Amino acid sequence: MDMYIPAEYEVVRNAENCTVCRSCERQCANGVHTFDKDLGKMTADGTKCVNCHRCVCLCPTHAIKIVKSDDTYRLNANWSMQTMNEVYRQANSGGVLLSSMGNPNDYPKYFDKILINASQVTNPSIDPLREPMETTVYLGKKDAEIKRDGNGNLIDTLAPQLKLNMPIMFSAMSYGSISYNAHASLARAAEELGVFYNTGEGGLHKDFYKYGKNTIVQVASGRFGVHADYLEAAAAIEIKMGQGAKPGIGGHLPGIKISDDVSKTRMIPKGVDAISPAPHHDIYSIEDLRQLIYTLKEATDYRKPIIVKIAAVHNVAAIASGIARSGADIIAIDGFRGGTGAAPTRIRDNVGIPIELALARVDERLRQEGIRDSVSVVAAGSIRSSADVVKAIALGADACYIGTATLLALGCHLCRSCHTGKCNWGIATQLPDLVKRLDPDNGYQRLVNLVTAWNHEIKEMMGGMGLNSIEALRGNRLMLRGVGLNETELKVLGLLHAGEDM
Amino acid sequence: MVIVLNESIDFRALNKRIRGTDEHKITLNGCIGQRYIGTGVSDKQIEINGTPGNALGAYLNGGEIVVHGNAQDATGDTMNNGEIVIHGNAGDATGYAMRGGKIYIRGNTGYRAGIHMKAYMDFKPVIVIGGRAGSFLGEYQAGGIIVVLGQNDDGLPIINNFCGTGMHGGKIYLRCNALPHKIPEQVCAKKIRGCDDKELSEIVKDYCKCFFGMNYNELLDADFFVLTPNSENPYKRMYTDN
Repeated sequence: MDMYIPAEYEVVRNAENCTVCRSCERQCANGVHTFDKDLGKMTADGTKCVNCHRCVCLCPTHAIKIVKSDDTYRLNANWSMQTMNEVYRQANSGGVLLSSMGNPNDYPKYFDKILINASQVTNPSIDPLREPMETTVYLGKKDAEIKRDGNGNLIDTLAPQLKLNMPIMFSAMSYGSISYNAHASLARAAEELGVFYNTGEGGLHKDFYKYGKNTIVQVASGRFGVHADYLEAAAAIEIKMGQGAKPGIGGHLPGIKISDDVSKTRMIPKGVDAISPAPHHDIYSIEDLRQLIYTLKEATDYRKPIIVKIAAVHNVAAIASGIARSGADIIAIDGFRGGTGAAPTRIRDNVGIPIELALARVDERLRQEGIRDSVSVVAAGSIRSSADVVKAIALGADACYIGTATLLALGCHLCRSCHTGKCNWGIATQLPDLVKRLDPDNGYQRLVNLVTAWNHEIKEMMGGMGLNSIEALRGNRLMLRGVGLNETELKVLGLLHAGEDM
Repeated sequence: MVIVLNESIDFRALNKRIRGTDEHKITLNGCIGQRYIGTGVSDKQIEINGTPGNALGAYLNGGEIVVHGNAQDATGDTMNNGEIVIHGNAGDATGYAMRGGKIYIRGNTGYRAGIHMKAYMDFKPVIVIGGRAGSFLGEYQAGGIIVVLGQNDDGLPIINNFCGTGMHGGKIYLRCNALPHKIPEQVCAKKIRGCDDKELSEIVKDYCKCFFGMNYNELLDADFFVLTPNSENPYKRMYTDN
C-alpha cells in the first residue's frame, strides 16, 4: 500500500455481536481481517479493503459494516481525493492506472432524463396478465427481396436470424476475465430464457459447447480460441472492433492469469501473455471489415448472423452506416459506461460517448439512408433496468446487451477490483478457492429470475403505452419525452421535451 | 474435380461447389481473384492455377492448397492446420494469427506477415518466405516460427521496419549476414549458422521439397539471425492498480 494514501474505507465491527467465528477472515482474499491472539478478538486493516461486502453479507451475526472513511485531505473542489490519490499511485509506481467495471464518474445519465408515455382514455392500455404481449425479437437482416417460384410459392431468401424470447442478451465477458462458474451460470440462464450469452474473446470452454445454440462467439484482434469447431458451435459470431469501456485500445490478459484451463480455451500456452492488439491488423477499412465478415460467412456456410461490435464514439453514425453496408447482420454499439474486467482508467473515464445519444444517431442515420432494415442494432453500455431496455428500444435498438447487471445478479457488489483477480464473490477470478464460492445452480437461477422479472416489467410498460408488440416500440420516439435536457440534447436524441405535445 | 473459372464465376458459387463435393482433389484453372477459397476446409487438396483472391484458406483446418501463381492478402488468416504452398508472391497480412499448419511462399510477402502468430500444444505454425518480407513482420508474435530466406534479387532488404514489435513468443529466422534494420527493444537477435540449427534445418528441408530447384544445403550454409522475444517482459510493470 502506498504510504501517502490513507484507507478509503473503515471496517466497523460491533464488538457485542462479533462471536470471533473468523468467517470474515476466511472470506476476505485481500487479507483485511485477522485474529489477534493476544487480544482474543478480530482486527481489520482498512487499507486493504476494496468494499466488496463479502464479509458483511456472510457475517452470521451482522456484526460488520463498511463505511467510507471520513478521513480527508484539505478540502479542494478542484483536486478531489481520488485525483490526488491517483497522482500518488503513479508517482510511486510509474504505471498506467488500471481500473475495472464501467465509468463511475458523474457524467449525464440520459436514460434518467427520459420519461416513458402511457395511454389515458383513448388508445386504451393493455393488461399483459390478461392479453398476449409479444417480446420476441428476431435479430438479423430483414431486407430480403420477396421472390416467388413458378408456382407462386414464396422462396425463402431471408438471411439467418437470431430468435430472442425477450430483447435482452448477456454481454461479451471472456473466460479468463470471469470464472468458469460465472460462465456456466450465464450459459445455462441463456438456454433457459431463450436468449444468448457471449464468450467474449477468450474462446469457448469444451464443457460449454452444449450450449452452442444459445452462444455468441467472439472473434477479436488476437483471435484467441478461434477455429472451425468454435465457429461451428455458435449461433452467431461477433467481430469485436471495440468496447465501450476502452474504445480504441486492445486488451492484455497477463500471463499469470492464463491458468491451465484458460490456456486450453484460448488455445495459447499457459503463462504467456494474451495480448489483443488495439486494431485488427487486417482491418483498415470497411472493405477489409467486409472481408473478415465474409470469411466467417464462408466458414459457416452463410448459416449464422455476423455481429460487428463497436464502441460508441464521436462519428458512430457514419461508422455504423459503413458497417451496415459491409455485410454485417447485426451491429452492437457499446456506450462509454460499458463494463470491463480491466481498462486503463484514463481511457475508461474519458473516451467515448453515451449509448443513448449514439443509439439515437445511428438509428436516425440508418433510416435516413434507407438501410435500417439491412441490420439489427443492439445497444450496450450500462443498461441497468427494464426501463433502460424500454427506452433503448424506443430510441432505435432491436435488443440490449446487459453485462454489469448480470454480474450483480451473481453477487457482484461493484467494488471495481476485477483486475486484481481476487474477486471474493468468485466471479472475476481464476483462483479455485474463490471460484467455488459461486454456485452455478444458484447463479443461473438468479439470472433467470432477473431477466424474467425485467421481461414482465417490459410488458407492463408496453401495455401501458397500448402496445402489444415490442416491434411497435422500436424506434418509436413519440413514446419518450426528455426532462431537463437542452435543445441540442433533444435534437440528438430526436425527442420532444416533457410537456410538449405533437 | 476440375473447375474452370472466369470472371463471371463469383466466390460464393465457387466455394459452394468446393464445400459440396466429396472429391478430395480439386483443381481450379483460370482462377481470377475469387476470394475466400478453401475457407474452413479441413481435408481437401486444392490446386489453383491463376491468382486466387484475398483470404485464401482462412481458418484452414487441414488439407493442402497449392497456388501456381501469386496469392493476394490475408492468406491463411487464423489458420489452424494444413499447408498452403505459393509458387509466387503473397500479399499483405499472410498468416495473420495462425495457430498451426504451414505456409510456404516461393517469392516475397507484403506487409504484416505472421502478425499475432501463436503456438499451442502440438500446434506450431510455420511460415517460410523464399524472398523478402515487408514491414511489421511477426508483430505481436506469440509463438510459431517465421523463416525469411532472402533469395530476392531486387537488392531490397530482407525485412523492413518494425519487425517483431510486441513479440512475446516464437522465433523469426532471417537469412542474412547483417541485421538490415534496428530491431525493436522487445526483440533479441542472435547470429547463427543455418546448418547448426536442427529445427531450422528441418523446416528448410521440408520447404525445399515443395519448390523444384531449391537446394536446402545451399540455403542452410549461410548466416542467419534468430529473433526471439526479450525475456524481460515489456508489459510486466506497465500498470498500477487504481
